[in-house]
Amino acid sequence: MAAPSPSTAPANDLAGAGRLFDYWLIVYRRTWKGSAISSFVNPLFYVLAMGVLLGDYIAGDPGQLEGATSYLAFIAPGLLAGQAMQTTFGETTYPVMGMIKWQRVYFGMTASPLSVRSVILGHLGFVMFRVGLACGVFVLVMAPFGVFETVWGAVLAFLVQFLVGLAFATPIFAFSAGLKDESAFALVFRLGMIPLFLFSGAFFPIENLDGWMQVLARATPLWHGVDLTRMLTLDTVDGSAALVHVVYLVVLALLGWLWAVRRLGRRLMS
Amino acid sequence: MSTVDADSMIHAAGLRKSFGSFEAVRGIDVDVRRGEAFGFLGPNGAGKSSTMRMVAAVSPVSGGTLRILGMDPATDGPQIRARIGVCPQEDTLDTEITVRENLYIYGRYFGLPRKEVRERVDELLEFVQLTEKAGAMVEDLSGGMKRRLTIARSLINRPEVLLLDEPTTGLDPQARHVVWDRLFRLRQQGVTLVLTSHYMDEVEQLCSRLVVMDKGVIVAEGSPLGLIAEHSTREVAELRFAVGENESAAGKVEDLADRVEVLPDRLLLYTADGEETVAKVHERGLEPVATLVRRSTLEDVFLRLTGRTLVD
Repeated sequence: MAAPSPSTAPANDLAGAGRLFDYWLIVYRRTWKGSAISSFVNPLFYVLAMGVLLGDYIAGDPGQLEGATSYLAFIAPGLLAGQAMQTTFGETTYPVMGMIKWQRVYFGMTASPLSVRSVILGHLGFVMFRVGLACGVFVLVMAPFGVFETVWGAVLAFLVQFLVGLAFATPIFAFSAGLKDESAFALVFRLGMIPLFLFSGAFFPIENLDGWMQVLARATPLWHGVDLTRMLTLDTVDGSAALVHVVYLVVLALLGWLWAVRRLGRRLMS
Repeated sequence: MSTVDADSMIHAAGLRKSFGSFEAVRGIDVDVRRGEAFGFLGPNGAGKSSTMRMVAAVSPVSGGTLRILGMDPATDGPQIRARIGVCPQEDTLDTEITVRENLYIYGRYFGLPRKEVRERVDELLEFVQLTEKAGAMVEDLSGGMKRRLTIARSLINRPEVLLLDEPTTGLDPQARHVVWDRLFRLRQQGVTLVLTSHYMDEVEQLCSRLVVMDKGVIVAEGSPLGLIAEHSTREVAELRFAVGENESAAGKVEDLADRVEVLPDRLLLYTADGEETVAKVHERGLEPVATLVRRSTLEDVFLRLTGRTLVD
């Protein structure tokens, strides 16, 4: 028999995350059927109900709809960014708690040469894969409806969803990593995710909101994601506004990352 | 002692662990050499698991010196973890994937090539007698099978030291014996074993050397037989009297043994010849409800050293 390969420490945190690829592949093979409904079917229900059927009652006035010529074209980018957000919420709440508290899988990972950072990177990689798949399918299905002004706009709008996903993924991961029990998640979804989805400019121009409500809406990460996505799909890019959106989302993702490393580190390596 | 010594598996000096104001480990000295089977014996809360987590390089040291395979866990954690095996107290298996998949993915964490991991998985499944369960979901396994799977998993990187934290806690007697048998084989193959337990029989069976821990400190160190010879008598006569009479009976037999311990349900008479002691008890007209003569065990050592029993 050949000499056994030595087991080694990974060269860096990213290489360590790469060693988790086979694990996440197995997890995906086990769960893809369940996630397919929420990833592919639910967004299409929204498109049909809100974009097509409800949209029939709404005049396609570009002056009222931030430059969109139909309500469907107005909400398509909102639904896309909402999809990135919802996928992320789903993958960084209960699954993270399960890996710490119920199955304790993370403890097994950090008992090997893998670092806490590698564990988080591996999980985030899986979340990004799910975001990419869900948003990619959404973009492909929406393309024939003529909601994308340019091909490049559609491609960039798709790529922006990884940034939207990360901006939610790292802080929610961090939040979940420090929780003692799952009761807070119901609030996260009902008072966090759903209001964000409804009031962050996905379904109506946020100029329609009065005073402080509009200020609040503009402060949410989803609004930055929706507005950035919409500029790209409607080909109405405003450079400085786009830059603000990107910087906002990058900063949020980085702050979330630092918080996640700290919170999970305390949990696993105390 | 030198920390670059190639046969020094674990070297701890004045090792401490605190959680806030609580001191779980309060300055312990331990040296484990290659090929040893070393045990930490003590009741729950003695600081055994905290010690093990520091040795496993997943818990920062609060004070003192710790070297694993000559390396410092503060700076070389991943390098240390690449060369040790860990069987934690609570299972950390993914219960929603198969037995084989659990072993396979774990081998990948250590940077081993896929083909080689597959070969090792087959060997290890054979070793822990789970070949027939290879395709089963982990959630469908019994507690004993999960333990064996965890032990197999801890061996996937061919570790130089295997750390086992309470390896058989919660298992039924039959499952415990299967686990002990596998661990004994590993010991014979020359794998360095370090285990914690609050079962004296586990430590007696598996360990060549042990420390007895209580309240974060080491209260005794030696071989199982050496500790018994040093801290106890050869035999023990256990006398059980009617409820409430143990205390008063103790006064009447004190002079018949080297030492008498009064437990809530029985008296322990430490003596060289248990049968003879029981006979003398009867000569005095005392009628215990039940008597038992046995050899001294590590349980007696612990009782002697701390005044308490190991398992409450």
